[in-house]
Amino acid sequence: MSDRWLAVAFISPALLLLLAMSVFPLLWALYLSFTDYSATRGGPAHFVGFENYTAILTSAQVHLRALTTLIYVVGAVTLQTVLGFAIAYLISRRTHGRGLLTTLFLVPMMLSQVVVGLFWRFMLDAQFGVINSMLGSLGLGQVEWLTRQRTALISLIVVDTWQWTPFIMLIALAGLTAVPKYLYEAASIDRASEWFRFRTITLPLVWPLLLIAVLFRAIEAFRLFDLVYILTSGGPGVSTETLSFHVYKVAFLGFNTGTASAYGILMVLVVIVLTQLYLRYLNKLKED
Amino acid sequence: MAVSVDEAVSPGPVRDHTPSARRFGGRGRSVLEVALLTVLAVVMLFPVLWMIETSLKENRDVYAIPAKFFDFKVTLDHFKDVFVASGGGRSTLSVAFLNSVVVAGVSTALATVLGVPAAWAYSRFAVKAKKDQLFFILSTRFMPPVVVVIPIFLMYRQVGLIDTKLGLILIYTAFNVPFTIWMMKGFVDEVPAEYEDAAMLDGYTRLQAFWRFTLPLLLPGIAATAVFALIFSWNEFVFAIFLTSSDNVRTAPPAIAGLIGGTTVDWGLVAAASVVFALPVLVFAYLVRKHLVAGVTLGAVRR
Repeated sequence: MSDRWLAVAFISPALLLLLAMSVFPLLWALYLSFTDYSATRGGPAHFVGFENYTAILTSAQVHLRALTTLIYVVGAVTLQTVLGFAIAYLISRRTHGRGLLTTLFLVPMMLSQVVVGLFWRFMLDAQFGVINSMLGSLGLGQVEWLTRQRTALISLIVVDTWQWTPFIMLIALAGLTAVPKYLYEAASIDRASEWFRFRTITLPLVWPLLLIAVLFRAIEAFRLFDLVYILTSGGPGVSTETLSFHVYKVAFLGFNTGTASAYGILMVLVVIVLTQLYLRYLNKLKED
Repeated sequence: MAVSVDEAVSPGPVRDHTPSARRFGGRGRSVLEVALLTVLAVVMLFPVLWMIETSLKENRDVYAIPAKFFDFKVTLDHFKDVFVASGGGRSTLSVAFLNSVVVAGVSTALATVLGVPAAWAYSRFAVKAKKDQLFFILSTRFMPPVVVVIPIFLMYRQVGLIDTKLGLILIYTAFNVPFTIWMMKGFVDEVPAEYEDAAMLDGYTRLQAFWRFTLPLLLPGIAATAVFALIFSWNEFVFAIFLTSSDNVRTAPPAIAGLIGGTTVDWGLVAAASVVFALPVLVFAYLVRKHLVAGVTLGAVRR
């Protein structure tokens, strides 16, 4: 068997599966996005041009969801980056128990979003949730975490931060330990201050890797559906309805399959832009 | 850049080299740092501990106000309810667990069989537009599932794959193949191509060289990659909830989520089911801890 033939034989099954399960559905969604098709009504799909797209892009509802998503993505990713980096920094300064600490901190990340969502729904319960119970015993008031507009979005951000801080921590820790030791030795010969060392050695060297982690998390957070579904179902009102959750409502509760498809295509475009950025930094990192 | 957890936990390159005159200040700081780390660790682990505790409590203690932290009677009733139906026989949840085992297991095996040879081919041969192909493969992994599920739903309805385990297995395989290829390519890149060249000089064909010399060296990497695929399929929720509906097909995540559907929620049962469901993942994650960074970044950040 020639090398070329072997390469084709080894690669094509995987590519064919991806074409069938990812590209074909996406092209179908692209087609549907230009029609008024509804999955329940059935019947033929009528071509409506860019109507679905203009409807979405001009909809005040969608703008509100985009804002909610933006607040959620920026809030959650910022929080977990700061926390994750802080934990990684603290762990990297320890000599003992680093392995154990790292492993313990990683637990939330490995759990299913369904399980995480349920954990927190239980803990944030207004009546018998443990969070309010603790607040109560501290003499602080009770908070209706998931049933008040503002606190619901905060709760979502907190839960996502809880689950994904370990991810940032892991990447940051990898970056921190890869900083060559001699740089610090040189700095301490120069009697450079701790802050100076952090600012001029640690941060610049860890930053590229951290940025990749941030981008990766932003893509994931933008796509988030499971947690919203389990934790708040978009409520109260529409205060935690992210773009992903809204697509689901349009598609599976409203059965406006055409509109939902157009909506989905727009989301995919956003993800593609983010992915491009992600890969660009990745390549840059690999070249260094 | 070396980024495995193993190296991340090796003794400290970032150690403080404070001169002895400033030792005391250094020690005070060190105590503060340990205290901070402890607080953070407790906060991070508390939800997990609380879930485990809840799964062991009797119902009246689960709903106690204020919450009971220590003073409660331990019972395994909730765990029994996870596996045994109230009237005897197997519970819906235990069927769902079994479905999860089948779906996650088969899709992982398929993704490995499809992904490993492809990764090897991408690593060894000058494939046309290799970079574009690899980018395309990775990009399929980043699509919002809730978007992909719409056309998949319509497609499955056409061909009769709705509410079948095969349907779930296919979509999970397709989701795991990009990951497998990206992560495995990293592992293959680390095995010198010269081994295969040498084998071929000894009269083996290229395929034999791959099979007899490279593949055995890749086994640890394959195991790690497969575990990540397994965890992904095990935890997946969006496709599972929209593409299945009957109890004998449904996997565990939607089944557990279904427990909160009614007006009252049996939190003890939810807790027990969550603990049972999370256990294998934690064991598996522990097994691949050395490869975590590569795994969580699709193998893209390795060196």
